[in-house]
Amino acid sequence: MGALETEVQADLREGVDRETIETVKAMSGTYKYGWDTEIETEYAPKGVNEDIVRLISQKNGEPDWMLDWRLAAYRRWVQMEEPRWAMLNYPEIDYQDQYYYAKPKSMATKPKSLDEVDPKLLATYEKLGIPLKEQMILAGVEGSETRKVAVDAVFDSVSVGTTFKEELKKAGVIFCAISEAIREYPDLVKKYLGSVVPQSDNFFATLNSAVFSDGSFVYIPEGVRCPMELSTYFRINAENTGQFERTLIIADKGSYVSYLEGCTAPKRDTHQLHAAVVEIVILDDAEVKYSTVQNWYPGDAEGRGGIYNFVTKRADCRGARSKVMWTQVETGSAITWKYPSCILRGEEAQGEFYSIAIANNAQQADTGTKMVHLGKNTKSRIVSKGISAGRAQNTYRGLVSMHPRASGSRNYTQCDSLLIGDKCGAHTVPYIEVKNNSSRCEHEATTSKVDEDQLFYCRSRGMDEEQAVALVVNGFVKDVLQTLPMEFAMEAQALVAISLEGSVG
Amino acid sequence: MLEIKNLHVKLEEEDKPILKGVNLTVEAGKVHAIMGPNGSGKSTLSYVLAGRDGYAVTEGSATLDGLDLLEIEPEERAAAGLFLAFQYPVEIPGVGNMTFLRTAVNAQRKARGEEEMSAGDFLKVVREKAKRLKIDAEMLKRPVNVGFSGGEKKRNEILQMAMLEPKMCILDETDSGLDVDAMKLVSDGVNALRDEGRAFLVITHYQRLLDHIAPDVVHIMADGRIVKTGGPDLALEVEKNGYADILAEAL
Repeated sequence: MGALETEVQADLREGVDRETIETVKAMSGTYKYGWDTEIETEYAPKGVNEDIVRLISQKNGEPDWMLDWRLAAYRRWVQMEEPRWAMLNYPEIDYQDQYYYAKPKSMATKPKSLDEVDPKLLATYEKLGIPLKEQMILAGVEGSETRKVAVDAVFDSVSVGTTFKEELKKAGVIFCAISEAIREYPDLVKKYLGSVVPQSDNFFATLNSAVFSDGSFVYIPEGVRCPMELSTYFRINAENTGQFERTLIIADKGSYVSYLEGCTAPKRDTHQLHAAVVEIVILDDAEVKYSTVQNWYPGDAEGRGGIYNFVTKRADCRGARSKVMWTQVETGSAITWKYPSCILRGEEAQGEFYSIAIANNAQQADTGTKMVHLGKNTKSRIVSKGISAGRAQNTYRGLVSMHPRASGSRNYTQCDSLLIGDKCGAHTVPYIEVKNNSSRCEHEATTSKVDEDQLFYCRSRGMDEEQAVALVVNGFVKDVLQTLPMEFAMEAQALVAISLEGSVG
Repeated sequence: MLEIKNLHVKLEEEDKPILKGVNLTVEAGKVHAIMGPNGSGKSTLSYVLAGRDGYAVTEGSATLDGLDLLEIEPEERAAAGLFLAFQYPVEIPGVGNMTFLRTAVNAQRKARGEEEMSAGDFLKVVREKAKRLKIDAEMLKRPVNVGFSGGEKKRNEILQMAMLEPKMCILDETDSGLDVDAMKLVSDGVNALRDEGRAFLVITHYQRLLDHIAPDVVHIMADGRIVKTGGPDLALEVEKNGYADILAEAL
């Protein structure tokens, strides 16, 4: 490639800002994914109890050991109390006043292939920009190479279908709905399910353990570099229904996978609960990259509706030199409670966490990470960019813990907060524990306001106020955007601008 | 082209008048210089013309080819062809210089109903113009003004001006903080843009910039007014004798 072309590419990559702005204009402040799919849905009765747990297990055709595991979780959950330590303010959730299982009637018999899936469901994903066809996905930029991304589509409580399954199978990779994995690969599931996030971990994870209906399962065998990116797209459609999905990823020795997660929901006036669990097991020399663009419906400007997002995500770097990288772009949800964590157990294991959290209008986010250093010479890095606008509250909460045996370990943390307007808040709550004397932690934090001089400078060059804010904010989050796969980065960049619509002027 | 009539301006926050009746007409194709001691209102004049917040116009008018500047937003003034080279160019971390330039160029084009520039065309033009100002590819990729030296920042302002091709260019103390070589680069950049359809208003403390950018008209500003107007000789007179005599005469 010639030098000029390289630069054009580089410039295009930089120039996504322009597209961002166009996207903003085109959408004029509406949540793009707020429509719903009219589809006949079968619900379990409202509320949660042992019968509901049994029903979900039966619907999924599960073996007894799985049902027992769920029931044990349920019995524990009824003894537990909802945690209230986060800097979040929301009315009491009535756990008996919602549905725990909703499934399109057309999914009554599991489609054998994507061709048999209800066209309405296929159209839904098409409209979301996630075609469930086995085709090359254009990597966002004209002229750049195309590549394949395999998708598992979860609609309310069930997985609708998984693409590229056969091709992945040839490489030895298992990528399927977790409901299917429980039936087809019981040994792997038994061995690893709950081994990273135990049933008793926390209130929301325990609830999830009892009632999770579907989610994705990934196994990358020893020495295999997954031939394509894997992704799960979560869609909540039914009203008054919670989504409880469970994802389990196992990266065997020396393997590699990049995994993407996207989520949206229709506009509803009532709050909906989303309590997911993601467990990742990483063995010797393996690496997992997990990227999320979370765009659940955030509620309206007055705080009506929106998703309550209580999520437990954790990676266990069990093997020596294993590596995990979490990248999250959190723009949606009325409430976000989420701390993707790394257990750095193997020697020289590495954990990285990159986060952009945007809270506008009445949104509240309490998010961050935990880096638990157990092994020798383990390393972690945290880069968090929080943006608050409107009346929103945005909290970074993070734990860095160096255990006695984790000698020679290192952490670097950088937390930057940006405020737009004077009615929002940004908070940083870092916890640092060091129990050996050869480890090192560095923590840097800044809080700033979008600078009037920067905005005026941009405007004096011809950009309007919204373009100026989008440009300055995209500059602020650039370090994190760069860690995302290309097409995700473009989507995220557009989302940054859209989420901040109406935050100025 | 630029017509300022009896312009009175005070700070928005306090009752302190800064401009007390500025009258100024800059014709197309001409270079006007404004000189004057510190605190005379030179920079305020440039900010008010560009539309910065924090100032209140209490009387008078400012028009660009008949368009009332004071009624429109800063970005509309830019699209209409007004450009201000900042005395203190602003840093924007994380935003590539090239991205910034292209966003600006295309925002203006769009506002004027013109077609946007493609990435390829833009790149060709920007590289050619940057070369003249000795701005290398590395500097184009770096975040806007972040870590730039004083000279680099000013050259970058001139590059923006060259890319945006405004008809009315205001240079606010573009010479401050420049060494001799940088001054030459900047001046050459400005001179290359001089043409019949374009006018310049050069604000400076010193004659030395005017050695490079020869003005047609020189104004002396003091205490919020233009107190004397003359030819290029007036700048030489200031250089030689300072402002004291002129001010004494005017007041």
